[in-house]
Amino acid sequence: MASIDIESVGKVYTGDVRAVTDINLTIQDGEFIVLVGPSGCGKSTLLRMLAGLETISEGNVKIGPRVVNQVEPADRDIAMVFQNYALYPHMTVRQNLEYGLKNRKTPKAEIDTRVAEAARMLEITQYLDRKPRALSGGQRQRVAMGRAIVRKPSVFLFDEPLSNLDAKLRVSMRGEIKRLQRRLGTTSIYVTHDQLEAMTLADRLVVLNGGKIEQVGSPLEVYHTPASTFVASFIGSPAMNLVKAECQGDKLTIGSAVLSLNGYMPTSGPVTVGLRAEDLHVVSGDEGMQFAVDYVEELGSQRLVHGLVGDQSITIALAGESEIPATMRIGIDPARLHFFAAEDGKRITTADRTAAAIDVPSPVPVG
Amino acid sequence: MGPVFGPVLIGIVMQTKRTVFQARLLPYALLAPQLIITLIFFVWPALQAVRQSFMREDPFGLSEKFVWFQNYTRLIGDASYLNSLSVTFVFAAGVTAVSMTVSLLFAVCVNRAIKSGRFYTTMLVWPYALAPAASGLLWWFMFNPSVGLIPYVLNMVGYDWNHRLHEGDAMILIIIAASWKQISYNFLFFVAGLQSVPHSLTEAAAIDGAGPVKRFWTVVFPLLSPTAFFLAVINITYAMFDTLPIIDAVTTGGPSQSTNILVYKVYADGFIGLSLGPSAAQSVVLMLIVVLLTVVQFRWVERKVQY
Repeated sequence: MASIDIESVGKVYTGDVRAVTDINLTIQDGEFIVLVGPSGCGKSTLLRMLAGLETISEGNVKIGPRVVNQVEPADRDIAMVFQNYALYPHMTVRQNLEYGLKNRKTPKAEIDTRVAEAARMLEITQYLDRKPRALSGGQRQRVAMGRAIVRKPSVFLFDEPLSNLDAKLRVSMRGEIKRLQRRLGTTSIYVTHDQLEAMTLADRLVVLNGGKIEQVGSPLEVYHTPASTFVASFIGSPAMNLVKAECQGDKLTIGSAVLSLNGYMPTSGPVTVGLRAEDLHVVSGDEGMQFAVDYVEELGSQRLVHGLVGDQSITIALAGESEIPATMRIGIDPARLHFFAAEDGKRITTADRTAAAIDVPSPVPVG
Repeated sequence: MGPVFGPVLIGIVMQTKRTVFQARLLPYALLAPQLIITLIFFVWPALQAVRQSFMREDPFGLSEKFVWFQNYTRLIGDASYLNSLSVTFVFAAGVTAVSMTVSLLFAVCVNRAIKSGRFYTTMLVWPYALAPAASGLLWWFMFNPSVGLIPYVLNMVGYDWNHRLHEGDAMILIIIAASWKQISYNFLFFVAGLQSVPHSLTEAAAIDGAGPVKRFWTVVFPLLSPTAFFLAVINITYAMFDTLPIIDAVTTGGPSQSTNILVYKVYADGFIGLSLGPSAAQSVVLMLIVVLLTVVQFRWVERKVQY
């Protein structure tokens, strides 16, 4: 068990290629942190720096009270689960699990107990004498986790561990990882590009973009108050609609439609407005905005309707059974609008509005 | 040596896509060039050798007599043949051990070099392009007791190098000369093998607390073992059959038969001594050894390769 302090950490490769810039993050003991971002955002590099597989160019990493910048991976008291599992193909499952313990001169009896325990926990006891090639993807994944667990490290590092599995298995393994982490209470850092995985696993999400932290927060915080247009478009599925609009007093102009903000005045002049697909709903009469339907994606429980408001594309989520005319009018509760500065995409917040938005975390699809 | 490498080479190019031809004769027509070459240059001489091994012939080729297995039975009791057998064993083991160890070392070093790896690879492959006789001559000069540089240096440190008189020196020299040529070949295979070991495995092992040396022997090397086994068989085959020009250029089998390996003895007895029947019998024995090695190769490599 250990807390982790990441202090102004950066990574520069030879030739002045910068992968990670000024990361500051304090991770509590026992916390499940998910680093999420598109490919090339530096999340894996950051994880590998924590593991000791990449040198730390700038700043300090502390695991517990100790600065580990110069410490060998083996001595950092961490265990890592790799994307391709990295099981030793010439060893049986048992030998794979034992390898790390043997290298540390753990007594034989202790090794046997720990391997048996981990195998039972992961339900791989009957495969202990098989080679990895005789296992399915999900079983290999379990063995990779077992290899991390038997060591009883103070930190687990996961590098996209589920991305080689099929969709169904991924969902069930996701649940297992979460349960396991709760049960062991080990500080965990998990890297993924899948926002759904990030949302479901994390105690706290760290959204990375271009080597920098874009936002840190609990999944719901990040979902309901994205700090920038990048986070807004990355977290949540379908992605939040971002449209150009104009603010004048408490009136918001989107294309030809004018919405009243009921006295709320976030800014004046051009602004980027974020609208969650599930917050938009069909309205009658001449309220709201004119919406020209382009095409529909059927998800069974929902229909995602893609179309245009003015010349800006918007997606709305409607109930599975709803009628879809070629054009309709759509509206949104003004309290559920997100405002971002037009120039840098940062969220425009005022204290009362932030609070209001978090208070209503009911992601019920609106029909 | 003709028939020797045939099966091995076929084994390497064996895994090609299967095509079905509609016309009856077309496949045979397409196969014909290779078949004709194989029949004329490999199968026919091999059959000739087998035939001749049952004959006794006078040196001028004017008369021959069928003598059953006499040429073979004489081999068993022939002291010089038994000597040649043990010399071959020492030589093949030496060449295989030296060339594989050195090339593995080189491959590991090159695999660690990130930028210059390609340059070293190119450089290290050069010896393979050299004709065996030329490389033999090269070593003959370097180790020449009268004019060579290396005996001169050895002499300064108090070692009297003379491979023309000392049997041990002669064996060491041909092992070095033959290994040197084979290192390039082994090196290429080892580099390819090392590059196919995923980085994440060594990283996982590093996190699992294994130091660089332990990582190599417990994770990397076991994954190289199919390559190593393949190379061992290839190297033994090379040392036993392809080193004739080197022996001929460096020691001509001497001093006192101490470097007279089987394949050189076949040549010396048959073409210099003109004792054709016994020489043919020896070459048939060699042929059987190659068949055995090839079978071992296929059985093992195919089984071990599937990780």
